[in-house]
Amino acid sequence: MGEKGAFLKLHRVGFDKRDPSERVHDYKQYFALPDDKVLSEQGARCMDCGVPFCHEGCPLGNPIPEWNDLVYQGRWREAVAIAHSTNNFPEFTGLICPAPCESACVLNINDDPVTIEQIELAIATRGFEEGWIVAKVPERRTERTVAVIGSGPAGLAVAQQLNGLGHSVTIYERDESAGGLLRYGVPDAKLEKWIIDRRVKLLEEEGIEFRCGVDAGRDVSVEELRERHDAVVIAIGSRVPRALGVPGSELQGVHPAMDYLYQRNRWVAREEGRPSRDPAPGEEISAAGKRVVVVGGGDTGMDCVSNALREGAADVLMLDVYPELPPSGRLPGTPWPLPPKRTLSTYALEEGGERRWASQVTEVVGSDGKVVGVRARKVEGTSSRDLRPVEGSEFEQDADLVLVAIGFNHPEHEGLIEALDVPLDNRGNVRAPVYGTALEGIFACGDARIGQSLVVTAIAEGRRCAKIVDRFLGGTGVALPIRAEDMFAYEDEDPDSLRHQGEVAGNVTVGDAFWAGPRD
Amino acid sequence: MPHPVYPPGGGANAPRPASGLHDQQFEHDACGVGFVARLHAPASHEVVERGLTVLNRMEHRGAEGADPETGDGAGILIQIPDELLRAETDFELPEPGRYGVAMCFLPREEWARPAAVRALEEAVTEQGLWVLGWREVPVDSGACGKTAAASAPHTAQLFIGAPDGVVDQDALERKLYVARRAAEGLRVPGFAIPSCSSRTIVYKGMLIAPQLPLYFPDLQDERVVSRLALVHSRFSTNTFPSWELAHPYRMLAHNGEINTLRGNRNWMRAREAQLSSPLFGDALRDLGPLLDEQLSDSASLDAAFELLTLGGRSMAHAMSMLIPEAYQGRGELSPEVNDFFRYHDSLIEPWDGPAAVAFTDGRAIGATLDRNGLRPGRWLHTRDGWVVFASESGVLPVPEEDVVGKGRLHPGKLFLVDLERERVVPDSEIKSSLAARHPYGEWLRERVVKIEDLPEKDPRVPRVEPLQARRLAFGWSQEDVRVLLEPMARDGVEPTGSMGNDTALAVLSDNRPPLFSYFKQLFAQVTNPAIDPIRESIVMSLQACVGPEINLLGESADHCHQLVMPQPILRNSELEKLRQVDHGVFEARTIDITWPVKDGPKGMERRLRDVCEQASQLVEDGVTILILSDRNLGKERAPIPSLLATAAVHHHLVREATRLRCGLVVETGEAREVHHIACLTGFGAAAVNPYLMFESLGMLQREGRFADGDGLDEAEEKVVKAIGKGLLKVLSKMGISTMRSYTGAQIFEAIGIEEEMVDRHFTGTPSRIGGIGFDVLAGEALDRHRRAYPAAASDLLPPGGIYAWRRGGEFHGWNPETIANLQHAARGEGEPESYERFQTYVNEVAVKSSTLRGLLRFRDDCEPIPIDEVEPASEIVRRFKSGGMSLGALSPEAHEGLAVAMNRLGGKSNTGEGGEDPARFGDERRSSIKQVASGRFGVTIEYLTNADEIQIKVAQGAKPGEGGQLPGHKVDGYIAGLRHSTPGVTLISPPPHHDIYSIEDLKQLIYDLRCANPKARISVKLVSEVGVGTVAAGVAKANADHVVIAGHDGGTGASPQSSIQHAGIPWEIGLAETQQTLLKNDLRSRIVVETDGQMRTGRDVVVAALLGADEYGFSTAPLIALGCIMMRVCHLNTCPVGVATQDPALRARFAGEPDHVVNYLVMVAEEAREILASLGMRTLAEAIGRTDMLLPDEKVDHWKARGVDLEALLVVPEEAADGRARHNTDSPPPVLDDALDHELIAACAPAIERGERVALQRSVENKNRTVGGLLSNAIAGAHGAAGLPDGTVEIELDGSAGQSFGAWLAPGVTMTLNGDANDYVGKGLSGGTLVVRPTACATFAAERNVIIGNTVLYGATAGKAFFRGLGGERFAVRNSGANTVVEGIGDHGCEYMTGGRVVVIGPTGLNFAAGMSGGIAYVLDVDGGFAGRCNMELVDLEQPELEDLEEVRALIAEHGERTGSPVAAGLLSDWDSAASGFVKVMPRDYRRALAELAATSEPTSGDRTATPA
Repeated sequence: MGEKGAFLKLHRVGFDKRDPSERVHDYKQYFALPDDKVLSEQGARCMDCGVPFCHEGCPLGNPIPEWNDLVYQGRWREAVAIAHSTNNFPEFTGLICPAPCESACVLNINDDPVTIEQIELAIATRGFEEGWIVAKVPERRTERTVAVIGSGPAGLAVAQQLNGLGHSVTIYERDESAGGLLRYGVPDAKLEKWIIDRRVKLLEEEGIEFRCGVDAGRDVSVEELRERHDAVVIAIGSRVPRALGVPGSELQGVHPAMDYLYQRNRWVAREEGRPSRDPAPGEEISAAGKRVVVVGGGDTGMDCVSNALREGAADVLMLDVYPELPPSGRLPGTPWPLPPKRTLSTYALEEGGERRWASQVTEVVGSDGKVVGVRARKVEGTSSRDLRPVEGSEFEQDADLVLVAIGFNHPEHEGLIEALDVPLDNRGNVRAPVYGTALEGIFACGDARIGQSLVVTAIAEGRRCAKIVDRFLGGTGVALPIRAEDMFAYEDEDPDSLRHQGEVAGNVTVGDAFWAGPRD
Repeated sequence: MPHPVYPPGGGANAPRPASGLHDQQFEHDACGVGFVARLHAPASHEVVERGLTVLNRMEHRGAEGADPETGDGAGILIQIPDELLRAETDFELPEPGRYGVAMCFLPREEWARPAAVRALEEAVTEQGLWVLGWREVPVDSGACGKTAAASAPHTAQLFIGAPDGVVDQDALERKLYVARRAAEGLRVPGFAIPSCSSRTIVYKGMLIAPQLPLYFPDLQDERVVSRLALVHSRFSTNTFPSWELAHPYRMLAHNGEINTLRGNRNWMRAREAQLSSPLFGDALRDLGPLLDEQLSDSASLDAAFELLTLGGRSMAHAMSMLIPEAYQGRGELSPEVNDFFRYHDSLIEPWDGPAAVAFTDGRAIGATLDRNGLRPGRWLHTRDGWVVFASESGVLPVPEEDVVGKGRLHPGKLFLVDLERERVVPDSEIKSSLAARHPYGEWLRERVVKIEDLPEKDPRVPRVEPLQARRLAFGWSQEDVRVLLEPMARDGVEPTGSMGNDTALAVLSDNRPPLFSYFKQLFAQVTNPAIDPIRESIVMSLQACVGPEINLLGESADHCHQLVMPQPILRNSELEKLRQVDHGVFEARTIDITWPVKDGPKGMERRLRDVCEQASQLVEDGVTILILSDRNLGKERAPIPSLLATAAVHHHLVREATRLRCGLVVETGEAREVHHIACLTGFGAAAVNPYLMFESLGMLQREGRFADGDGLDEAEEKVVKAIGKGLLKVLSKMGISTMRSYTGAQIFEAIGIEEEMVDRHFTGTPSRIGGIGFDVLAGEALDRHRRAYPAAASDLLPPGGIYAWRRGGEFHGWNPETIANLQHAARGEGEPESYERFQTYVNEVAVKSSTLRGLLRFRDDCEPIPIDEVEPASEIVRRFKSGGMSLGALSPEAHEGLAVAMNRLGGKSNTGEGGEDPARFGDERRSSIKQVASGRFGVTIEYLTNADEIQIKVAQGAKPGEGGQLPGHKVDGYIAGLRHSTPGVTLISPPPHHDIYSIEDLKQLIYDLRCANPKARISVKLVSEVGVGTVAAGVAKANADHVVIAGHDGGTGASPQSSIQHAGIPWEIGLAETQQTLLKNDLRSRIVVETDGQMRTGRDVVVAALLGADEYGFSTAPLIALGCIMMRVCHLNTCPVGVATQDPALRARFAGEPDHVVNYLVMVAEEAREILASLGMRTLAEAIGRTDMLLPDEKVDHWKARGVDLEALLVVPEEAADGRARHNTDSPPPVLDDALDHELIAACAPAIERGERVALQRSVENKNRTVGGLLSNAIAGAHGAAGLPDGTVEIELDGSAGQSFGAWLAPGVTMTLNGDANDYVGKGLSGGTLVVRPTACATFAAERNVIIGNTVLYGATAGKAFFRGLGGERFAVRNSGANTVVEGIGDHGCEYMTGGRVVVIGPTGLNFAAGMSGGIAYVLDVDGGFAGRCNMELVDLEQPELEDLEEVRALIAEHGERTGSPVAAGLLSDWDSAASGFVKVMPRDYRRALAELAATSEPTSGDRTATPA
């Protein structure tokens, strides 16, 4: 597959990125696909490895060598089919995956990896352009119905899989539109929201019922859910932000990053005439004209920077607790093929703002209950476990707005989870070792089950969960005993496996959100 | 170190079942064969004496086991010595010719004898013959070895008289035959009848040659006279007492091996039901099976030959049927002779394999050679009527002035001495008289139907079932299409891959592999050679035929009523032709081999029974072609595995004795690769229609996957061609040349099939560990069916994951998890517990999911000891080796990295078969083990002298039975220089070593290598397969120090995918079998046993030790430590981590460090220490062979592995209960003490020490082998590759030199032999000069007589050689630098040659220059027909240029000077006209390389050969 030896002749050509000084003035996607010839060449760089680590590095197990080859040969239609064989939504992962596949790519040992994600996006794009991606309405329907709570990537994936098997699926989404953090966390610069709408429309055509604006556990009681449906899948994500936990965190002007991003995405939606809720009066967060400090150097932080710049912030500073990455982008603790524990995305900083490495916030300084600055110090060390303050390195930074992007703890417990009274694990996630919870007919997947992670992992979660739910529903509707080994190869559940490490990479790193934007 | 004391019976634990893995039926033998006959003279005792002399002089070809006085067997067949017998019997004998003598081995115990005596006497009486009386044969039981004496039978002769009713001696012979077989049929224990004839008698036993006349004083008696004596000295792989297995048999003695025995036996059994002959009447009916399961291959051949001759055919006729010439496409045979062979091809399949057979009926005596000339046979004929034939020349000293002719057996040709007509009959005369017996050509034209002549037909049933659904139901994967089918359709060749097969055994696979995957192809190693089906295609044939066969003893036009196909793969249209055939006796019926899904798994067995019954019924109804078809597959019907259906029907009909009344054709959608077709034909199908393969081509066409301009038709043709080539490869790796004899030959071992199923449906197939049965097979078939029905689970086929790892595909031991963790551990990066993770993952997951050792566990009831009492890791790693991976396959960086690592550890690295840069000999980069493989690349005396261990690679785990190949793009100047080859040219190692066609040849090569380096250990690398233990025992008896048992999962740089996947078996079985066989033979202590094959952890090491290995080889794992990530592109030169590439840009990416390997292997050793501690053992040596420490792991509860039973691996043979050592403690007996070279070295001391000139003269005989080898070692040791200046040492020798004359001869030495020489002259010639010429007094024309044997100058790298006379087959094979002149040669001259100059000034045989990629040959085209005998695939024929002619002239002039050749003188006297007769044979690649070199003007470093010598 690929062209023999092409990787020696051809260099990696990534996305065409728009000029930062130009793109910072709008909310359109900031990068574009190169032309077909370049894509074919990039596909040719794939070496058809005997052990394709990319395929292992991908939580979905995407058949990457196969699609690289098909794109190289210009066999797009087959590529679309094969991409969908493991991934429900290649158009999402093609845009906003940190691409652990590319970290694991064998070429990444001593060269630039194949542009796997770009090729994936190209396949999805081509598929939609040519009209090859159409609703697949199941040929037959079972008598079973399933409620999926949450319409993030996990929820959408589990819903599509179950619907495809003939079960009737209803998605309950408390926000005004489907997509979860895809819609409200990711800026349009990375994922324009019509892309989500396009997919949701297909899912509706396939027969999935979307009930947006319905907060399960509140607007509809759990008893009602259980009565209406044979199974309930909790896919509500992991949305309780990690607290900054330093003096001054409570000051006005200090906000969790996600609150800010929700507002910015709704603002864009309103501008574009899509359904949008306004922020409650007094809750508005704006960076316009402000001195902004973003705490946390992950993708959520980056998205805060990019939004702040678009709003016209006076200046933007990102404080990243980790030291600067070596030029290889790889830290000694994560040799190839492990995914690096930091993402490399710097698209926002190209547009403006500054990042200060190895900087730990020690206090938020306020005046009259409002934030006026932060105090911080330099630290040494590479992982959250071994950070040590550097003597005498303290510094101060003025700020009117502090956005905290240091990760999430666990799903919200109020509402659905409390109403169901479903047992949690010691991290506060829904305890569902093999997707089933202790409660019959109640399942969980995605971040709600494993904690904050990647979109690609969420889709994989949804797909696997669907197998379990389907088996539960299988014909009789009576719960069957399920053993993990019946369903998965060993490595799927091995907590030490590379794949598992890849999946939970987001968890390990404070500050990373679950999307990343395309690799450069 | 004291031997550990073993509890009796092998373990303190539960008693083991008695039967281990050794099976007598896999024993092999080979040897020396010869005869003496005298024309124009009455019978004399001198003939017998001379016969015994011949036998004596071939003693070195036989072997001794643990007891050096006990031989493997020696014997003589002579005419009935009437005078002696008449005098020594106290009853009246009828006149000669009217009585027969049964030479009997009676039971040793007196009480048991009467039963035997009664059996024979009754059988004799039953035939209406007279029992005249018995004679006790006098024997001197002190004359044989202890082991032999302990099992010696009681020898007696029964005299049998012919009543008047027996009209002639032939009739008497037939009656004696029937009586003997009837008596044998009673199977009286301890009773055998070596001969029973009125013409001949056999004396033989478990003796060494000189003991024969001492043991049987009869043979010394002057009254024992004969006109002929047939003798044989045996080399067996075992040393178990067997007097009966000594040769000669009743009519023949055989040197070689019949590879197709299993099939020949099955087919003969099928034929027996319809044997009839007016000569025998009803007598044959109740005799029971002709070919007993217990009979050796030679005995079986003897039995078949005997039957055919007694049935009325002449010996020449019978022999030409059993061992026919390769006749297809041979223009030089007359059409009549061609028709003769074609006709007989319909009667009986060839008995294929290397064979020199000497045969006699007492009236004529003769010999023949297999079609490929794989055994030696030399004859001479004197003025006074003596004819001597033997495996070697020089076995009977004859003054050269008496010789009228010297010759050799030619492939497929007969040499016959007719004592009644008093003449030697030439082959051409024999064949043309045979061809004239009947109008065979006419019969063929009338009765043979060619498939291409049948009319096209449309399918009768419409085909609507969707392709994808059917592919899913048959278990096709994406890889089947993309990796296998597509390249075949595009390029017409089977795809190549690299690295090893680390996937799960089929019996452990959860992926529903097809039944084919449970069958592993067997292959030739040591006891017979594989064939190169490409370079030696002239002996190969794929032709297949279907149709009924009739009485073998008859001969009529109807016998050839067959439907003939050029090869056994039928395209869909051809199958329809066959299905609807309407032509004479041919009538086809289709049998549905699907069963109703609703019947569940049980339904399959029911349906299979019905299929068999239906087959019987159809045959009964006169149907002649049965088509087993799974076309009926659909929503409601699942297919029976086609292999099961085929084998079941085949064996069912064999059992019913109706098999030959029909031909079997299989129409299946399941078959999709070469191995599948090989299995189906190997189990009885004459032809296969893999229809889904062909239907899948349509899809590929739509996807634009064909080569430009190809349509469906072309693609189909390419697929057929690719599979055909692949099949030839499968046949040839077993040494089989024709599809005809491969069909039904069952050359497979089953791994993981239950005994009951094998016994019933795959009868006779070795299957040693049990496994799955009907329930699992049917269940898997239904699982596959469910993927497709009622609705396809997916639009896509499952990924497969065999050829490249895929999630959800087949399990691989090397996967992202194991590779990454090993690298992290070796480099000390990542998590500190990486090795632990690696070890856990391998031992707990990988090994359990994919290997047999995963089904074993250590005993957990041992008293553990503290770990610090266990020997340190530094001791354990001394037993570690790195595998033989060549420089060329690996980059210099990786190759040197491994060597440095192993040297730092105190282990050993292995050069692989690509030579080694002499710059490395003195430092840390030196590899201790120098490999000698079939290509002999870089094997010089200097290389050998610099070894600690020399390893003969007989086979390689990834592709046993095949040669290595190094693709041209990896052969840069440096690599080519080391290998003495041409840059840019693909290097092919021949599948066999051309000096190892049998076990005695191996013994000779070991002897050669010992001479080349007396200090080095000599190792032989074998690959695990059934019978490897007996081969290993043979290796021990051939005097090796060391044997490697490699697993099937070993790696490779490039190999056809079907070989990587389907040949060889796990080392666990092979190692256990080896250990058991060596112990049984009491050979274990004198040989070191190593094993390798995907060794990864300390657990692997300890399991291997407990099963019997002293040393442990690692290949893939250390490569991974150096950075290999299992790209599996070694063959493409694109390795992105610089491990397996020669591309400078990629080599620069190599990031491995020797210490990575050191770190890793030390961790392995530490893990082994922990296990040893837990077993209470202080050293690894204590653990070796302690199978009682292993138990089947009851915790492994794999749904398929439940039927697997590994108890047989853990058996300790009874013989070892005496506490004999289970590991290596000793060395083999010394063999070099009597070498002539000791004298030569002493005499040459002034030359070696001070460079003085030395000249000496000696006489030699054929027992003096490898003359010059030790001397060359001494010179290379003192002076390196440069040796001595030319002309320093001049040695003149008189007589017949033994094998390997002048092997490895070093620069500065000239050896001139007056007389003649045997095989392997100038093997590995390293710079010396060799001259062989007749003695001055010889009167015969040297240029018309044979002076040297086969395989001359094999692997020569430098030097000169002049031969005044004819050479044999494969002259200058793989020559890479020697210049030589010879006066004529046999077939396959200059094969695989890569350098040097060869001048032939006489006749050349067929297939000249096959695989020749370098050097130049100049051939005097004596008859103008050279072009037709030259293989033009790689070479062009040109007019020599002027400067070429100068070179030729100079060589011929030197030839004339050194040999006194009149031919040379004649040519030189009229050079201008002589010059015009020369043809220049120029390899195209060589010309290109020379041109490139001229263009760059500066030679690449190390490039020595691209410059014309």
